[in-house]
Amino acid sequence: MTLSRRAVLAGTGALILAFSLGSARAQTETGKGEGPRKRGLPGSLDDTPRLDAWIRVGPDGAVTVLTGKAELGQGLKTALLQIAAEELKAPLARLSLVTADTGRTADEGYTAASHSVQDSGTAIRHAAAQVRTLLIGEAARRLGVPAEQLRAEDGAVLGPGGARIGYGDLVTDALLTAEAQPASSLTPAAEYAVLGRPVPRIDIPAKVTGGAAYIQDLRPPGLLHARVVRPPSYGAILIEVDAAAVERLPGVVKVVRDGTFLGVVAEGEWTAIQAMRRLATSARWRETASLPDAAALPDALRALPSRDSTILERGAAGGAGTVIEGTFTRPYLAHGSIGPSCAIAEWQDGGVTVWSHSQGVFPLRRALAGLLRLPDDKVRCIHAEGAGCYGQNGADDAAADAALLARAVPGRPVRVQWMREQEHAWEPFGPGMVASVRAAVTPDGRVADWTHEVWSPSHMMRPGPPGALLAAREIAEPFPPAPPVALAQPEGGGDRNAIPLYAFPNARVVHHFLPEMPLRGSSMRSLGGYLNVMAIESTMDDLARAAGLDPVTFRLRHLTDARAGAVVEAAARRFGWDGRSARAGGGFGFAFARYKNLEAYCAVVVEITLDRETGRVAIERVVAAVDTGEVVNPDGVANQIEGGILQAASWTLFERVAFDRTRVTSVDWSAYPILRFSAVPRSVEVHIVAQPDQPFLGVAEAAQGPAGAALANAIRDATGHRLCDLPLTAGRIKAALGA
Amino acid sequence: MTSMILNGERRAVRAAPDTPLLYVLREEFGLNAAKFGCGLGQCGACTVVIDGAAVFSCVTPVMLAENRQVTTLEGLGTAEAPGPLQRAFIDAQAAQCGYCIPGMMMRAHALLTRAPDASDAAIRAELEPHLCRCGTQMRILRAIRRAADAMRPRSTAEAGR
Ligand code: FES
Ligand code: FES
Repeated sequence: MTLSRRAVLAGTGALILAFSLGSARAQTETGKGEGPRKRGLPGSLDDTPRLDAWIRVGPDGAVTVLTGKAELGQGLKTALLQIAAEELKAPLARLSLVTADTGRTADEGYTAASHSVQDSGTAIRHAAAQVRTLLIGEAARRLGVPAEQLRAEDGAVLGPGGARIGYGDLVTDALLTAEAQPASSLTPAAEYAVLGRPVPRIDIPAKVTGGAAYIQDLRPPGLLHARVVRPPSYGAILIEVDAAAVERLPGVVKVVRDGTFLGVVAEGEWTAIQAMRRLATSARWRETASLPDAAALPDALRALPSRDSTILERGAAGGAGTVIEGTFTRPYLAHGSIGPSCAIAEWQDGGVTVWSHSQGVFPLRRALAGLLRLPDDKVRCIHAEGAGCYGQNGADDAAADAALLARAVPGRPVRVQWMREQEHAWEPFGPGMVASVRAAVTPDGRVADWTHEVWSPSHMMRPGPPGALLAAREIAEPFPPAPPVALAQPEGGGDRNAIPLYAFPNARVVHHFLPEMPLRGSSMRSLGGYLNVMAIESTMDDLARAAGLDPVTFRLRHLTDARAGAVVEAAARRFGWDGRSARAGGGFGFAFARYKNLEAYCAVVVEITLDRETGRVAIERVVAAVDTGEVVNPDGVANQIEGGILQAASWTLFERVAFDRTRVTSVDWSAYPILRFSAVPRSVEVHIVAQPDQPFLGVAEAAQGPAGAALANAIRDATGHRLCDLPLTAGRIKAALGA
Repeated sequence: MTSMILNGERRAVRAAPDTPLLYVLREEFGLNAAKFGCGLGQCGACTVVIDGAAVFSCVTPVMLAENRQVTTLEGLGTAEAPGPLQRAFIDAQAAQCGYCIPGMMMRAHALLTRAPDASDAAIRAELEPHLCRCGTQMRILRAIRRAADAMRPRSTAEAGR
């Protein structure tokens, strides 16, 4: 019997779910676009075709742009407004944006998978262009001149003889209720005034002056503060707690207990925290030792039951040559948002409004409605920005906590914020994984054989199903655990980027999907892409070395995609790869990937200095080249790529969720160290390879794979050792050098 | 009752003396900039300046601010009229989610006040207690450099007066 099945049978409501192997749902990471396109309309217009679902024009000419996607610190608001302003021909300052709100905006699923500009940006772009056409048409009718003699500029339609009618005067109630058409008259790239420019982000001034910028800063009148007491470990059961003593404390409004779900509502935040601590001190739990041996996590993962699929089978196996093999492992990784999860909920008239930094307010609404046994229309979820999340952190769980606690005090908004140790222990981690590659290279430097196998639990355990929420598993009548989702190729989940972009004549790739989850896991930036790229690009380096070829030349030889080649060449050239010179302790690493084999192309060069005494890596210089198709905001792209490089450096050098057989133990920043300034690279350069006539490609997750792999390759170069178990800590490097 | 001089104004504090300053700033005074990140003195998100020194407000009982000058990011300017450090962060577009930024800025403010000629290495070393999960560190360093350069002629001029 598996550990997890035992936990479930014991009725512990464990998160470690072992449900029937066949029950995985087919789903995309955004929760949208899985079926065939319905109407043949571009981007999210296909689901939501009415123009006024995206663009509204007020009688004063002010424009409201609506998106079902959310700002996650990636600069999305500014990018979408740039797109709308360009196609509408209206000044940016007249535009405002409404983001994900189940009461107001289109349902665009999750803000995930680097899809936002493609889905929402494309919809807004076409909607804005079509609104412009309608406004020009209306002006033509009023002025009695053909539309061809009119043009839109600066929020108005201009015609012969100085005629000028503002958008606010042209718009009528009915005009924008039209459905979108398949074709739009888009602005040619050569005429762009706003798109493609480094427009400063609209959200930054408030963020650097103490404006109300985050959900944590919302203070609706009558606000109460709440905290939850989470169990000490997965599946722990609350046996007893002295709620009455805590309820008597001054300022405490209510203690809420439902099964193992436990929380407290208070007038003040500090009171709520003190009350939470009192509750935690008096609580007694029954715990189950259900976790694998952390030191042998890769073996534990590979021993789990798996559902295997061969996702690539090309040519014949067994091509001869020098064989290189490696098994690469990554531990569980924390999203580690700097601001722990927060939510506000308010009950009124038998329904609830929830403010959340969830990446998907519509799926969250479905989950909450299920949890609260309400019809969907009694639950409204409104996105409010949190700290960067990088995937599914505790946002949705905190929303469920807030909804349950607010139900006990109807009519008053209740704000729940998790404590640091709760976020670190309970967020759904980026799953632990194993990837092994075996390849052969001929004496003349051709890859003759390639086999890649990857073992991974699900990367997609978001709500939707109520059982995906922590609280829904803790209440007295718990919901069944959500079934594990294996995201399908071509985007993939654990197998994301497992199919090499290189043109190998003989190659096979096998995905071992692990429906069980030793630790709670879900989406974290780049999903399996980070480890798969690490495995592929490490192997490519070792193959090049075995063939006596320069690693950049070797990669170029195996790339047939011209855009891939251009990015590889650009990174090498900008770095001065050919002119690099060895120095004591120095190491150079190169890596490349096209995210998901579908999104942005990114190549990264890393130069390090290694301190052989301590094993410490100093990152000297990082140069990246990126092709993200048409660029909405070049500074935004650079910011995302820089961020991806630094985040991947942190994952690669430092990070690992620690646990014993019962509890997650890495519950603060000292037990879960991440990159600090002393390890920040000396310099990072990002070069954009312009492709103005190509479609937008997602960029937010493009750098993580190649940056991590380039760093690993630099460490290989400096040490002479290939380290395959992440993180590549100073201790491990020193141990390898000592061996 | 405790009182402190908050961003130049004397303010009385109602909260119990052992309440961490962070909760007083956010709840009692409705300020947003100082953030809860860890409550453990490990991340820097809550950093404010007391009498010229950067402190973690999450682990500083409000009684320790008694009669002292407490400066938060709100005290350095507004979105409409940003101070030089804020201007530099806007110009360098030095934020992704931005949650870590106010704390970083307050430590930088304390440093540049004390050492207007701080070297790049000194700036990096000073920021060691601060975490940024978005990976915005390169821009944060650039912004502080810019601010230092922009502020120096003025402080030199003031010193010469
Ligand atoms: S919140 Fe104070 S140091 Fe993290
Ligand atoms: S900008 Fe997001 S944590 Fe620093």
